[in-house]
Amino acid sequence: MLKAVILIGGPQKGTRFRPLSFEVPKPLFPVAGVPMLQHHIEACSKLPNMKEILLIGFYQPNEELNRFLSCAQQDFKISIRYLQEYAALGTGGGIYHFRDQILSGSPEAFFVMNADVCSEFPLPEMLDFQKEHGDAYSFVILGTTANRKQSLNYGCIVENEQTDEVLHYVEKPSTFVSDIINCGIYLFTPEIFQHIGTVFQKNQQDMLFYRTRLEEQSNGWHRAEVIRLEQDIFTALAGQGKLYVYKTDRFWSQIKSAGSAIYASRLYLNQYHTTHPERLATNREGGPKTRGHVYIHPTANIDPTAVLGPNVSIGTGVTIGAGVRVRESIILHGATLQDHSCVLNSIVGWGSTIGKWARVEGTPSDPNPNDPYAKIDSETLFRDGKLTPSITILGCNVNIPSEVIILNSIVLPHKDLNRSFKNQIIL
Amino acid sequence: MKALILVGGYGTRLRPLTLTVPKPLVEFCNKPILLHQVEALVKAGVRHVILAVSYMSELLEREMRAQEQRLGIKISLSHEKEPLGTAGPLALARELLTDNEEPFFVLNSDVICDFPFEDMLRFHQQHGREGTIVVTKVEEPSKYGVVVYEGDTGRIHRFVEKPQVFVSNKINAGMYIFSPAMLRRIQVRIDANTISEKHCHFIWNFQKYIYFFNCFWMDIGQPKDFLTGMCMYLQSVRQQAPERLRTGPGFLGNVLVDPTAVIGENCTIGPNVTIGAGVVLEDGVRVKRCTVLKGAHIRSHSWLESCIVGWSSSVGQWVRMENVTVLGEDVIVNDELYINGANVLPHKSIADSVPEPRIIM
Repeated sequence: MLKAVILIGGPQKGTRFRPLSFEVPKPLFPVAGVPMLQHHIEACSKLPNMKEILLIGFYQPNEELNRFLSCAQQDFKISIRYLQEYAALGTGGGIYHFRDQILSGSPEAFFVMNADVCSEFPLPEMLDFQKEHGDAYSFVILGTTANRKQSLNYGCIVENEQTDEVLHYVEKPSTFVSDIINCGIYLFTPEIFQHIGTVFQKNQQDMLFYRTRLEEQSNGWHRAEVIRLEQDIFTALAGQGKLYVYKTDRFWSQIKSAGSAIYASRLYLNQYHTTHPERLATNREGGPKTRGHVYIHPTANIDPTAVLGPNVSIGTGVTIGAGVRVRESIILHGATLQDHSCVLNSIVGWGSTIGKWARVEGTPSDPNPNDPYAKIDSETLFRDGKLTPSITILGCNVNIPSEVIILNSIVLPHKDLNRSFKNQIIL
Repeated sequence: MKALILVGGYGTRLRPLTLTVPKPLVEFCNKPILLHQVEALVKAGVRHVILAVSYMSELLEREMRAQEQRLGIKISLSHEKEPLGTAGPLALARELLTDNEEPFFVLNSDVICDFPFEDMLRFHQQHGREGTIVVTKVEEPSKYGVVVYEGDTGRIHRFVEKPQVFVSNKINAGMYIFSPAMLRRIQVRIDANTISEKHCHFIWNFQKYIYFFNCFWMDIGQPKDFLTGMCMYLQSVRQQAPERLRTGPGFLGNVLVDPTAVIGENCTIGPNVTIGAGVVLEDGVRVKRCTVLKGAHIRSHSWLESCIVGWSSSVGQWVRMENVTVLGEDVIVNDELYINGANVLPHKSIADSVPEPRIIM
């Protein structure tokens, strides 16, 4: 019997996803037409022995999350529950805190995944790999290859090429260690909790020691219960014959910024070709012209002279007028694009309006297409004092007047613009 | 009567358009600049026009032969081997201009205005002096040659070229009437083969009068001013011959459209747009404050403001062009690009957006 745990973080996490994360928790942001989390859940529910999916995070219970959970339970016919941490406990602390829930029913193994990754989820392959490597209690990390320079932004794994054992693990090193990086998707057995428990004990002892010397104790990061899988567990387990890496060359990307949401959409839309062809729009009579892969929600209202794609997702109730061009963009629910407007490399927020002949354009931050191992950059917002050109984001309920251009800008929610803007954050 | 038009120079400020076509033949509001001037001169009684040229004179010659026939006048070309400024051409054309005692017009070829030639002539004959210089009032005098003169007597104190501090807002409008007597007094030292500017002393102390001209005036020698001049000219067309302008649904303000142009559905054109012969505008195009030259093609849903689209150029779908973008002849702009203030040389293909103003060679 199997389970899956998805770590969904909380409001203090995902700040790079603002202003979109003001409206909806990042794990529920639609990527290729469905909430980010749904891709994880779909992959998990395909496994025949999957009995339960647990979401762990520190969001307060909210409407969207509850609605998502009940819909997902109905659609996938599997138990899905949200376990709320009382504080941010780190990637290891959360699962340790809820270990009883995870272990109830005695699963032989369980997956742990970060919500903010986009992946082909080779879960069956990871299960087979685990049976063939180490003993019945081994743990598996999903790894992929990055280029040398970018590997420094991830957890780096040094492996024994013959046995696939993890010999060394470093999270975000400052010098090059390995080009195999941690994808944030793991397969654990119940034994993992012994190792986390050991670290927890040690932390408590350290805390005790420090408390006799310092009075303050309330800073969250100094809690004993905050445990990070990567720095605290993997680094210690490396080279002990317990941790293995399963390397994949299928698609994978982090989703940290809005730009990476568009890139992830592209990856999933490509996958729909084989997994969900019904989700891809086709060129039909009376419908808009599509190029490449396009997702259009059935309730969207689109003029037949519009041209959409490649890599476009259109949400519920969106209205698109005559002669509109949308490319490499996500149009969220209820937005309206008036005649002849042009939206490129942008995310148009819920309920926003774009006037006639307006141009909303961003700069893609895609990985170098000539490098098969290049990953999307997590760009800093500013460089050399200037805003780095990136995807244009319109928050919810933003109104763009006719005939203006909004270029490489971020517009916060509920804003009515009255002129063109370039390379700016508009509060 | 005769007129001398100072065509001179290479028209470098109106590049890239002047890389293909000599400046006097560039169409301003669907008619070559030179023709605006020549037709006005002919209306005032001029029967012989002399063009002082130094660049691409063969092309000009051919075109002028055709106009000679059409207008029933004589057009001569006075060749400068190098640009000679203002005095030089006068000296060079001296023979032609002084064969009788009639006064003659002299005109800077970049000037577009509501040409007051008949009035100027009357004024000149009335005051009986040797020369009449036209001045006009402008908002930004530091771009031009300022004339400081006494309002009542018309006596000229001095000329100041492009003053950095405010001297006066009256500038030399580039239009003159001179009598042959004045021309004979120009001292010219003619080198064996060349006449150059420094050899001519243009003596401004001949007796002259100021004619103050108050209607629209523009030096259209550079793209920004070309477009401003177009707006002024179209406004004057609305006042004097409104039937020439195109009106109706989809047309805003003053719009001039050649009858052979084709305009698609759901376009909004204007205000202040000139569409040349054989131009095609596809569906859903929005054009404001632009000149679209002969044979150009603007594809659907594009948005243009303050641009000059060169002959036979092609602008793709969903393109946004603004901020005095000038496309030379036969330029192709690919679909979905953003072109901001680009100056594009002829026969160039643009495949990437130009978000900040620059020159594309």
